Amino acid sequence: MARLAWLIPLFPLAGYGILIFRGRALGDRAPYVAIGAMALSAVLGWGTFLEQVLGAPPFVWRAAWAVGGERVITVGYTVDPLSSITVAMITLVGGLIFVYSVGYMHGDPYYARFFAFLSLFCAGMLTMVLANSFLLMLIGWEVIGLCSYLLIGFYFRRRSANLAQMKAFLTTRVGDTLMLVGIMALFWQFGTLDYQTVFEAVREGAEKASAVVRLGPWEVPLVTLTALLIFGGPIGKSGQFPLHVWLPDAMEGPTPVSALIHAATMVAAGVYLVGRAYPLFFFTPHHEALAWVAWVGTVTALMAGLIALAQDDIKRILAYSTISQLGFMMAGLGVLGYTAGLFHLLTHAFFKALLFLAAGSVIHAVHTNNIKEMGGLWRAMPVTFWTFLAGFLALAGVFPFAGFWSKDEILLEAYHHNPGIYALLTAAAFLTALYMSRLVAYAFFGRYRGPEQPEPDPWLPEDYARAGVRGPHHGHGAHHGPHESPPVMTVPLVVLAFFALVAGFVGIPGTGPEGGSWIHHFLKFEGFEEAGIRAPSFSWPLALRSLAVAFAGVGVAWVVYGARWVRSDQVREWVGPLYPFLRNRMYIDTVYAWVFVRGGLALAAGLRWFDVQVVDGLVNLVGWVTVLVSRLHRLFDTYVVDGLVNLVGGLTRGLGILLRPLQTGRAYNYILVAAAGVAIIVVVSLWKL
Amino acid sequence: MNWADLRWLVPELVVAAAAVALLGADLVLPADRKRWLGGLALASLVAAGAACAVVLTDLGGLGAPGVRVFADTYTVDAFAVYFKLVALAAVALVVLVSLDYFPGRTPHLGEVFSLLLFSGVGLLLMASASDLILLLLSIEFVSLSSYLLAGFLKRDPKSNEAGVKYFLYGAATTGVMAYGFSLLYGLTGSTILYDIAARLDRAGPAAYLAVGMALAGFGFKVSMVPFHQWTPDVYEGAPTPITAFLSVGPKAAGFAALVRTLSIGIPLEQVNWPVLLAALSAVTMTVGNLLALLQRNLKRMLAYSSIAHAGYVLIALAAWKSAWALQGLLYYLLAYLFMNLGAFFVAMVAAEGTGSDEIPDHAGLSQRAPWVAGAMVVFMLSLTGIPPTAGFFGKFYLFAAAVDAGLLWLAALAVANSVISLYYYVGVLRALYLMPPAAPGPVPVPAGLRVGVLVALIGTLAAGLYPEPVVTFVEVARRLLGS
Repeated sequence: MARLAWLIPLFPLAGYGILIFRGRALGDRAPYVAIGAMALSAVLGWGTFLEQVLGAPPFVWRAAWAVGGERVITVGYTVDPLSSITVAMITLVGGLIFVYSVGYMHGDPYYARFFAFLSLFCAGMLTMVLANSFLLMLIGWEVIGLCSYLLIGFYFRRRSANLAQMKAFLTTRVGDTLMLVGIMALFWQFGTLDYQTVFEAVREGAEKASAVVRLGPWEVPLVTLTALLIFGGPIGKSGQFPLHVWLPDAMEGPTPVSALIHAATMVAAGVYLVGRAYPLFFFTPHHEALAWVAWVGTVTALMAGLIALAQDDIKRILAYSTISQLGFMMAGLGVLGYTAGLFHLLTHAFFKALLFLAAGSVIHAVHTNNIKEMGGLWRAMPVTFWTFLAGFLALAGVFPFAGFWSKDEILLEAYHHNPGIYALLTAAAFLTALYMSRLVAYAFFGRYRGPEQPEPDPWLPEDYARAGVRGPHHGHGAHHGPHESPPVMTVPLVVLAFFALVAGFVGIPGTGPEGGSWIHHFLKFEGFEEAGIRAPSFSWPLALRSLAVAFAGVGVAWVVYGARWVRSDQVREWVGPLYPFLRNRMYIDTVYAWVFVRGGLALAAGLRWFDVQVVDGLVNLVGWVTVLVSRLHRLFDTYVVDGLVNLVGGLTRGLGILLRPLQTGRAYNYILVAAAGVAIIVVVSLWKL
Repeated sequence: MNWADLRWLVPELVVAAAAVALLGADLVLPADRKRWLGGLALASLVAAGAACAVVLTDLGGLGAPGVRVFADTYTVDAFAVYFKLVALAAVALVVLVSLDYFPGRTPHLGEVFSLLLFSGVGLLLMASASDLILLLLSIEFVSLSSYLLAGFLKRDPKSNEAGVKYFLYGAATTGVMAYGFSLLYGLTGSTILYDIAARLDRAGPAAYLAVGMALAGFGFKVSMVPFHQWTPDVYEGAPTPITAFLSVGPKAAGFAALVRTLSIGIPLEQVNWPVLLAALSAVTMTVGNLLALLQRNLKRMLAYSSIAHAGYVLIALAAWKSAWALQGLLYYLLAYLFMNLGAFFVAMVAAEGTGSDEIPDHAGLSQRAPWVAGAMVVFMLSLTGIPPTAGFFGKFYLFAAAVDAGLLWLAALAVANSVISLYYYVGVLRALYLMPPAAPGPVPVPAGLRVGVLVALIGTLAAGLYPEPVVTFVEVARRLLGS
């Protein structure tokens, strides 16, 4: 199976090719192409995954792609536990989201294009995961960035979607640029981009005194600087502070896109890359690159959790929750919890995709994103409610749901390696339970606060409605309050809910050898053993403590939003300026808009002035001179060369009489130029050389 | 003479035999069956290609050193085999597009194919010749068949003019070259390159005279300034498939012969030819580009562009001491084969559709033949040297060689010239895509031409996206040349 793994990204790529060229002709049959391609990938992906589970050795294939002197640039792929389990997750979650989209996007005028972009996204994502070099990884990375851009702006006639897609692309580009510099630094240091070679070189280099780069007053080891530059990519892609601002706005995209790209897979690509390149971070002096990863993750987890408390848009709450959970993963990786961070990546993919799809189902029914206009939906939408509840419990970290096991792993590692981070993450876990309970209380309990005849969908662009298209959330004629979604949407919810329950069971102690958990046995980092770092074993007191924190969060929310012993506007008064601070996203977006957007525009205006006044003048001058030179050249050719030739020609005319019947005149000139040329070459070379 | 040595000449013999057979078959076949002759020609070229592979195996595989046969006058090595394959590919592609071009224009179809094959035999000989007399004869063999081909459309005055001009110019420059060769013989008492190299030590200034005169003949073949002036007139007048052939086949073989003659026959201590060629390279690329800027006729533009490209390739000889130089030359000529043939093939499609070679008359071709216009985008970008096409890698190697050899000024000039060239290459695309079509309706693309464009397109992209196999081959060819 591993030998066929190169086909896994190619199926969705082929699907993309078919859909982009024949999509219109396929019409309503377009999803079958995408889903079929995804199914083939899923079969191969799960095959390779099970092979790895059964103990097959990792498989690496590489071929030379370009040779430049001594340096050979290779491309190829790696099948190992990490890549195979991630591929299995992507193909499963991706496939389910494709199925859900059949119902959700039905009736959209760009139905086929939607599935084409999703397929291209999956191709890029799978390439990125399977790649065995930074080069191929970067190719996949850029493809998924492009697809994210295209899909956020899928409703391209809507101004807010255009702005969101631009914001996403430009913000992530900041991180990507740093990463590109980091990759170049790697190539410069090691002459290759192949993972295996680079990591071995880093490991050996860590024992020697490494080169030091002076950055102003600081001296930074080169290897640390490189690792941190590469970490720039994950900061952008995985929505880490301070480049997280694009992710909430990215919710302008259709909900399946939010679920697949901006919750389950693409935003996890950054975490995956840190896991993939773990040796690079680990073998820095004192693991200092990992300390950065841990603190960035922790700050992100806490900050996003706080902001989520004060948001009313269901998708934005989930987006901030995603940012917060990605912070958890980064923090986990940073505190030497290699397995913990990646385990949370996998479980989070299931329950966060579930939450988004269920939220989509809710929006589909009530035609609003504002949780304060919902309420009492548990009765009207039972399947959506129960599946959402499963996702909620998993995210809040309630036993025995998936999030409990994986989040507990992260907290456990933090407790053993960095108590400060442990305290902050525990606070973030409390916030998680709190904001999610608030969301559930507003949306599903109480009484329905929306209109009986919902307004036209706020997420539906006007021109869709004008064109008589029913748009992404297709109408059902007369509305009589909210109602359940069709099976094509609820079945994927049920499957994902199942995984939100069981996906964490691989983390139960005793499922692996020597009393450890299976996931610890399957996903492990070899460097720990050499460095004598042992993973802490499961501890019930700690687990009960995190469970208590989760229940505390749920309890506080129940007091305010469920039982309403304390009214929420009272709380708002107590906290004073904190509420507007959080509601306005800590003013981070505002500051960026002032400094970078306005600053950038001002700079652009200045540069434009310079361009028009100075550069254009120079360019025009150069252009004018070029044309002049070429005219002069032609004149030279016509008059000087020909004149010279005529002169020589006059002397040799006597000889030419014999050849005249065959002459065209100009050919004769040409030959004389050639003769003059030989003379010049010989004279010049004798004289000068 | 050892008869067993003839096995190294199997590719040449196959093509020569097929050329003779075609002449005979042309007499007996009825007019409506003559296209079969093209099939026979193609089959013989494929067989010769296979024979080249056998020759390579007989040598002992890709990494084995070459052999010298017939008293050192003929060298068969990886370098020669590479050029033979390039030449065979060029002839085969031109035969392919000629299948639809010549019927209706001339009744003597067999002669066209036969002459193309004879010219091919000459190219194969040029790639291997290591003796001045054999070299002169093989160049003449190529030239004589080319003169006839250029003037083949007897009722077309432009074709006539092209043939005659080409002949006169070729005769003169070959004469000068022969004189240079005779000087070399006089100086060393031998016509074999290996012996010349050994005995040229006391030659002095006369060696410069000999090399300078020999350059006239090579310069004519590769369109190097100042031996370039025939190029636009002949390219414009000759039948377009023949123009396409002249722009790649004789040029590649000319470079092969030039490289072999200079690198083996003329020691650097006696004649400092890299400096001489650096100057010629600079002049050639600049003159070609500046004059191409002013052209409106697609074939004339491609002629000047072909002069400019000869200038780029000459960088390899100027930067000879860099290991990248010869590699770059070999790679570039393969890339040039695909992209330039492709451009001429598209020019044929455009001319069929519009009845004109003027660029403005090709306006809107993207709507009348979208597929072919799309291919032209790739060819133009590749000729400019934009990734991921083969042209980019070729230029990259050559410019890197120049930098490696310390010729920064030449590299800078080459980059500047590439930028200038963007203007006229994109001008073609502008006409194709941004101007409204001059006439409605799709342009028919004959089957042979379609295959030709497709092969050129695949070659241009494949060599750019996956250069590894070519790079391996050229690396070996470089290492083994002269060993």
